Amino acid sequence: MNLLVCVSRVPDTATKIFVGPDGKTIDSKGVKYILNPYDEFALEEAIRLKEKNGGEVTALTVSADDATDILRNALAMGADSAIFIKAPAEPDSYQVAHNIANSVKDKNFDLIFFGRQSVDFDSFQIPSMVAELLNIPSVSVVSKLEVNGSKVIAERDIEGGKETVELSTPCAISAQKGLNEPRYPKLPDIMKAKKKPIEEVAFFQVDAAVEVISIALPVNKRVGKILGDSDSDINEIVRSLHEDAKVI
Amino acid sequence: MFELNFTEEQTMLREMVRDFADNELKPIASQIDENEAIPMEIIRKIGELGILGAAFPIEYGGSGFGEVGYCIIQEEIGRACLSTATFIGAHVSIGTNAIYLGGSEEIRKKYVVPLASGEKVAAFALTEERAGSDAFDLRTKAVPDGDDWIINGEKQWITNGPFADTFSVFARTPRGITAFVVEKDAPGFSSGAPEKKMGIRGSKTSSLTFDNVRVPKENMLGGEGRGFLLAMKTLDAGRLGLGAACLGACKELLELSTKYAKERKQFGEPIANFQAIQFMLAEMATLIYTSESLVYRTAVLYDKHEMLSRQSAMVKLFVSEALDKCVDYAMQIHGGMGFSREMPIERFYRDSRINRIFEGTSEIQKLVIARDIIKRNGIV
Repeated sequence: MNLLVCVSRVPDTATKIFVGPDGKTIDSKGVKYILNPYDEFALEEAIRLKEKNGGEVTALTVSADDATDILRNALAMGADSAIFIKAPAEPDSYQVAHNIANSVKDKNFDLIFFGRQSVDFDSFQIPSMVAELLNIPSVSVVSKLEVNGSKVIAERDIEGGKETVELSTPCAISAQKGLNEPRYPKLPDIMKAKKKPIEEVAFFQVDAAVEVISIALPVNKRVGKILGDSDSDINEIVRSLHEDAKVI
Repeated sequence: MFELNFTEEQTMLREMVRDFADNELKPIASQIDENEAIPMEIIRKIGELGILGAAFPIEYGGSGFGEVGYCIIQEEIGRACLSTATFIGAHVSIGTNAIYLGGSEEIRKKYVVPLASGEKVAAFALTEERAGSDAFDLRTKAVPDGDDWIINGEKQWITNGPFADTFSVFARTPRGITAFVVEKDAPGFSSGAPEKKMGIRGSKTSSLTFDNVRVPKENMLGGEGRGFLLAMKTLDAGRLGLGAACLGACKELLELSTKYAKERKQFGEPIANFQAIQFMLAEMATLIYTSESLVYRTAVLYDKHEMLSRQSAMVKLFVSEALDKCVDYAMQIHGGMGFSREMPIERFYRDSRINRIFEGTSEIQKLVIARDIIKRNGIV
């Protein structure tokens, strides 16, 4: 099987984010970048399919920064090779999707995997855009996947339940948490990762569809409430926990 | 020197071990302490990930990360659970390392490979009733008998003793002290009941008894009479790794203490606002920065085969003492909460103390350092 996993380099979820001096980007100084957590589920699923059916796994990223570090992570987990498309500036989802589609259109991938979203800009758009551009079916937020030859059965999370869909390869899949338990890269595989190839592909010029005007940090609006130990205060705490905070 | 950057692989190694420690080890660290056992499942996983083979070359089942990689591992494991770091230390950097350093090609292939993968567990058997700090005063004896050697005697305080498969054993022979590999199934070999300890309770420690244990002469490590030198060389690596585990624990304690100091309010404000608390945090951070510099500078020297016993002794001395100071500050900052078993502080407090004692007491480290300095007329 010929499998592609599109990954993205995002700030560590535990990192404290500051807005950069231009007001449109985050200040990357001191920020630790990681492989997008949802992409780990996508990678794990592709690697498992390869281990079961044979074939190759390629990891791909489009990034304005040097993203070879996260590609090495993908290679250490078990991808065989990687493609790095370096964008001249922070690309929007449309540009990323075009670049992915353009670079893989002749490569005959059976399945193209994505994380359901990148935890930086959370646009949720890239998997469906890529599928549309390649004119292949796509299914999003997949929490269970079965592949038999060209037949693909995917279970996806929907509001309050599950939906099972059937589609055929080639297709695009976006992975939800719970699809699998991503592996830790083993030490010998970490060592081998540096010997695996990362191909650099030139950025495909297409205009951005969305322009970021400004970004801002959420304002913390939580206000504390101090109550005493009188009966009425206790009643108020119980009411507040029930109705305002809705925690019990 | 003065290129103090970790490579991409070393960073990936650190991140992997940290994820593993955070997800699999930290949540059960108090259970490991209370049950006085590391689950075999965890040991199996550690082996599968290649953690136990990190330091050894690829041809012996390792992954060639060397001592720097090994120190990164011990630091990250030490953050989560010092019992597990002790298990790894005894297995890798003394138990297996003695076989790696002293074994013939054949012996390395036979024993190091299954130890590096974690299929088997190793222990280092030097200490005896009379031979603690005075490690030279061994009474365990080995005498030649045809193509074999026969070992008689008793060892004490052997980490991993109750469940190890492969032992590096040091015994007195006609030409001095000699090391042998002994397998647990050898007739006449037995291990005692696990000791009841104050800290690192998840690591198992016991005595070993050798009653006419026969080992083939191929199992001799490093030649007859060269065992004491091998033991000291092995401990050079062991002490460095021990420092790395203590460093990890210090970092965890500073993080926990800082978080707590910012949350805990007294006199109407977070205690982190008070200079008394700030000074403790500053002391801890400075000890950590010093320890970190010391550990990795020395590990780089080790990998370049330029490390001296004195430097490894300095690491062990400084960082184990630093941990005892950090754990004391952490307890003071946490107050009553630190004393409660709801928080990991009291466990670190108990786990810390042994590091100034085993693998050579602080006083023995000072002797190693001082003797070398006097020999070199005071030039470091």
